Amino acid sequence: MIEVENLTKRYGRHTAVDGISFRVNRGEILGFLGPNGAGKTTTMRILTCYLPATEGTARVAGFDVFEQPLEVKRRVGYIPETPPLYPDMDVETFLDFCAKIKGIPAGERKARIDEAVEKCRVGDVRRTLIGRLSKGYRQRVGLAQAILANPEVLILDEPTAGLDPKQIIETRELIKGLGGDHTIILSTHILPEVSMTCGRVVIINKGKVVAEDTPDNLMHRLKGAATLRVEVRGDLGTAESALRGVPGVLAVRPPGPVGSGAFEVEAAAGADVRADVARAVIGKGLDLVGLTQAGMSLEEIFLHLTTTEPVHADVPPKAQEVTA
Amino acid sequence: MNALRNVSALVEKEWRHYFGSPIAYVALAMWTLLFGAFHVLIFRQFLLYSMRSAQQMEFGGAPKLSLNEMVIGHVLQNMAVVALFITPMLTMRLFAEEKRQGTLELLATAPITGMQIILGKFLGALSLFALMIAAGLLNFLLLWQYATVPPEWKPVATGALALLLLGACFIAVGLFVSTLTRNQIVAGTLTFGLLLGLWILGWMDDPSAGPITRVFAYLGLLTHLSELMKGVLDLKDIVFYVSFTVFGLFLAHQSVESQRWRA
Repeated sequence: MIEVENLTKRYGRHTAVDGISFRVNRGEILGFLGPNGAGKTTTMRILTCYLPATEGTARVAGFDVFEQPLEVKRRVGYIPETPPLYPDMDVETFLDFCAKIKGIPAGERKARIDEAVEKCRVGDVRRTLIGRLSKGYRQRVGLAQAILANPEVLILDEPTAGLDPKQIIETRELIKGLGGDHTIILSTHILPEVSMTCGRVVIINKGKVVAEDTPDNLMHRLKGAATLRVEVRGDLGTAESALRGVPGVLAVRPPGPVGSGAFEVEAAAGADVRADVARAVIGKGLDLVGLTQAGMSLEEIFLHLTTTEPVHADVPPKAQEVTA
Repeated sequence: MNALRNVSALVEKEWRHYFGSPIAYVALAMWTLLFGAFHVLIFRQFLLYSMRSAQQMEFGGAPKLSLNEMVIGHVLQNMAVVALFITPMLTMRLFAEEKRQGTLELLATAPITGMQIILGKFLGALSLFALMIAAGLLNFLLLWQYATVPPEWKPVATGALALLLLGACFIAVGLFVSTLTRNQIVAGTLTFGLLLGLWILGWMDDPSAGPITRVFAYLGLLTHLSELMKGVLDLKDIVFYVSFTVFGLFLAHQSVESQRWRA
């Protein structure tokens, strides 16, 4: 549904997004995780056709964001980090205006607004001026605006930022409920948030994709399992079985189409398997071209992420494991 | 069809902003008050002149006094100056406010084109200005009601058209300036300065001046006003105002697009 290839964005001499590639499948909820300033917002702005990319391509529902921006915009619902709202309009008027510029036919407008209002639970403030709403309500009105046209793709930039714990839980449940019908990209710098809502996570740091995995695997890696990057020249199938045979190795991920082209070997915590890995590869008659400890860089990134929830009562068990 | 719907949605939104805040009421009140005041003062002066000329008539040969030229034309000329002050207040928030609030992102990521956004905002401000002109013109109904020789309607129509075209130029310039900043005060002040500069270019109009001076004078917004105010519908003046407005809107469009690239 969303294909991003080699996307780069430079602001003058500063590179905000540096050659990132990833894909999002239909109906999937992808978490876009990274510390502040990692390039999450810039990537999302490119995907929503707000900013042009310096290099690379991005396609949404088969349409190029640069070549066919109107087609892309018709299919994308977007909330920037601070929801764009007119404080001098009431909720109903604002949604009506949004419905018009999103091209919803006059006959369907009322039904669509009613549905979005109900899904986002803003029914009790329909006639209230947006300027008088609390932060939580504003965020929900922003979400109602995003889902108004029933878009195939939803792009949500830090949708839970600045909400209180109760509102955060409600918002996450709402987003989870929207998955399936919609393809969602959700950015956050809060680690437990992705484990609760997303099926897959892309971690970016300083404009680059540093990891792409399921939340569970990421948590696992974070708990101390050392990851090695093993670059092998020769038959990859032989190499994989050789690596699996090394005692202390928990998992082996073959090189994917994106990334460094190296095997990722996960070893049990505390075990240094580097010597055994080298011996196993060379023993099969293959060339060992590179062997680096990959876990470290990821850990450093996680140090900059928020790993705990603000209030303990809301922290799910997984998140507590992380901090332990 | 879609384009029309998008533009009208934006016009409606701008009207909501104007009438949902004191802007529209203040602008309308100031405008109609000044319109009325000029009308009364100029009409009193006209009465004085006509009384004098009536006395002169006894000695034969008095100048013919025209309500159109001496009252209506004069009032409209004065209102053009008032427009110079009021239109920057209508345009200063058009883009600056959207940028400051972050709502430009909402418009820019909706399936509408940049030109539709600009046209919607332009027509929103222009229609409010048209309403102001219409409200002011009601003053002249008194002349039709009470004057023994009622004024001609044609110079009134061309005068109102001139005012509208002039307002369109002012609004296009203000719209462009508003795209340059997120600060409304900066946008308003800059617009006023720019308009005043374009206004006084007309003062250089002098048949004996050199060609370069004449070109600058030609660009002056004032230069093209006088014929229309007299009731002479000259195509070249209309073309001047329309192309000036189109150029302003074009600049606004370029400005919005280029900021997207530089951002």
